[in-house]
Amino acid sequence: MSDHKRSTNEDSQHPSQPPEPSEGNEMTKKEKEHSPTRIVLKRFLKNKMAVLGIVLLVLITIISFSAPLITDHDPTSTDMLNIHADPDDEHLLGTNGVGQDNFARLLYGGQVSIQIGVYIAIMVTAIGVVLGSLAGYYGGKVDGIIMRFTDLFLIFPFLLMVLTVVTILEETSLLILVVTLGLIVWPNITRILRGTYLTLREQEYVLSARSIGASDFRIIIKHLIPNAIGPIIVNATVIMAQMIILEAALSFIGFGIPEPTPTWGSMLNEARNLGILTGQPHMWLPPGLLIVLTVLSINFIGDALRDAFDPKSKSRSS
Amino acid sequence: MSNETLLEVEGLKTYFHIEGKVAKAVDGVDFSIDRGETVALVGESGSGKSITSMSIMQLIPSPPGKIEEGAIKLEGKDLLSLSEREMMKVRGNDIGMIFQEPMTSLNPVFTIGEQLAEPMVKHQGMNKKDAKKRAVELLKLVGFPRAEETVKEYPHQLSGGMRQRVMIAMAMSCDPKLLIADEPTTALDVTIQAQILDLMQDVKKKYNSAILIITHDLGVVAETSDRVLVMYGGQIVENASAKDLFTNPKHPYTVGLLNSMPDVADEKERLESIPGTVPPAHNFPDGCRFAPRCKHAMEACTEAVPKLRENEPNHHVRCILYEDQGGEKE
Repeated sequence: MSDHKRSTNEDSQHPSQPPEPSEGNEMTKKEKEHSPTRIVLKRFLKNKMAVLGIVLLVLITIISFSAPLITDHDPTSTDMLNIHADPDDEHLLGTNGVGQDNFARLLYGGQVSIQIGVYIAIMVTAIGVVLGSLAGYYGGKVDGIIMRFTDLFLIFPFLLMVLTVVTILEETSLLILVVTLGLIVWPNITRILRGTYLTLREQEYVLSARSIGASDFRIIIKHLIPNAIGPIIVNATVIMAQMIILEAALSFIGFGIPEPTPTWGSMLNEARNLGILTGQPHMWLPPGLLIVLTVLSINFIGDALRDAFDPKSKSRSS
Repeated sequence: MSNETLLEVEGLKTYFHIEGKVAKAVDGVDFSIDRGETVALVGESGSGKSITSMSIMQLIPSPPGKIEEGAIKLEGKDLLSLSEREMMKVRGNDIGMIFQEPMTSLNPVFTIGEQLAEPMVKHQGMNKKDAKKRAVELLKLVGFPRAEETVKEYPHQLSGGMRQRVMIAMAMSCDPKLLIADEPTTALDVTIQAQILDLMQDVKKKYNSAILIITHDLGVVAETSDRVLVMYGGQIVENASAKDLFTNPKHPYTVGLLNSMPDVADEKERLESIPGTVPPAHNFPDGCRFAPRCKHAMEACTEAVPKLRENEPNHHVRCILYEDQGGEKE
């Protein structure tokens, strides 16, 4: 303990020290024994809402992807003799307007939402990291070209673009939706990461890496990405949540993945009928609830990660 | 040119082109460093010391910076003619560098061992395991008693002095011929400063490297250096052995610097200072750049930039006061 006290005092004599996890509180000693990754993990797990979010998200994912084990019904098979059925033993959540089992659609629908969220987050993060780090690290002309290109996409009326693409291609698939939505949201994350890299490249350790003969490529990949991992992961979660909502919204207005593939958005679509909206909440309440829960979980996780990566904001989260 | 010469800088000019103005940060610098010699480069902030060292390493941010003219020869090989790829092999291998800010010069997400191993893996083709072993040896050399544990620690677990030791170990890891130390002790406590300077001397003796130490602290110069280059306004104004410079300073600027040093034995009420500040690099006065602040300034000073002349053996001065003299003392 006395050893720890001494080193803390010594640190406080250097006001130029960057905001690193060595503030003089009771966490300092524990944190000093761990790597940055473990420190972040530890702080993250202290946030109860985030842990709840992870549990919920994992649960929703597992249930969605093990749908064939849970229900015998095919979510796409129609039964015109049994439409708008109320819940019973056979159909736990009744059936929809064409006699498809709502419970099965709810389970399988989760697969689409989660896949959309994950795939777009990965695609957009990859584009953002590559372009953002090039623009931010090199600056000057490279930065100018990449950022003008990004601006071009930012001012694009994206909803119009999605509607046009979906209309032209008629057969929308998961892949097409992922690529289209990905093309729309990448500029945001690129701008954020460019900003992060602009700050990072001024750090002294970049200069010291160059002074031992490291190449630009090596500095970007090995020295800077690990330092930018906080903003990268946080933004990926934000995009994932946004995209799940966007997909639901597109499906709701009929421009998402087409029938008969079940999605939560297209289940909500059925609630446009006033009779169903007022009389059969079992048809639209579960998908709505699941969208909210999924997005909320992801947002909790994202917020907690942001706090965990930023040592200055840790008091807020607990 | 003796065959003991390690580094030769000839007519180095590094300019910065900013918004149509040209800042002549380094404007015609000549000097050489012998093998195993410790040379200090001193001057106020803004005199071009750091830009000179960055030019040697070719780490000038470009644009706006550009090495316009001159030659930098390491063992006769002109570094300015090398490609960036070839230069990367020189950095860290032939020339090591230590920076002013030990607190931020290490990457916070890697362990000390990983960072120490990097130059050895890169330049000497060591595998990671051997490099880690060597990292432990290096840490012991720079005075870490429990080096085996330190290699597994992260920068935030070390104090500033400790981190500067790591930086020295990293700079020395590939056994460089020249070590450039850019204000290595400025950010450290006085007690730690002495330790770091001693350590640099020890390491230097062990590897017989030359050191170019950049500082504005004349105490550091007195303690470490064989020879001193005094820089002002992007030019070297005096070049003399350390002993000579402290006992017999010639250039009015050097005299001013020495007078503004606190002296424990002396009971001066106030420290002397040189009036004014270093002129901005894009707007140097005509003639001698120190003339506006110099108490000996005369009309002739503003007419032409005086040349750096060998006034006494191994004592060069750039001042009109000594232009006609060949050894006469003031």
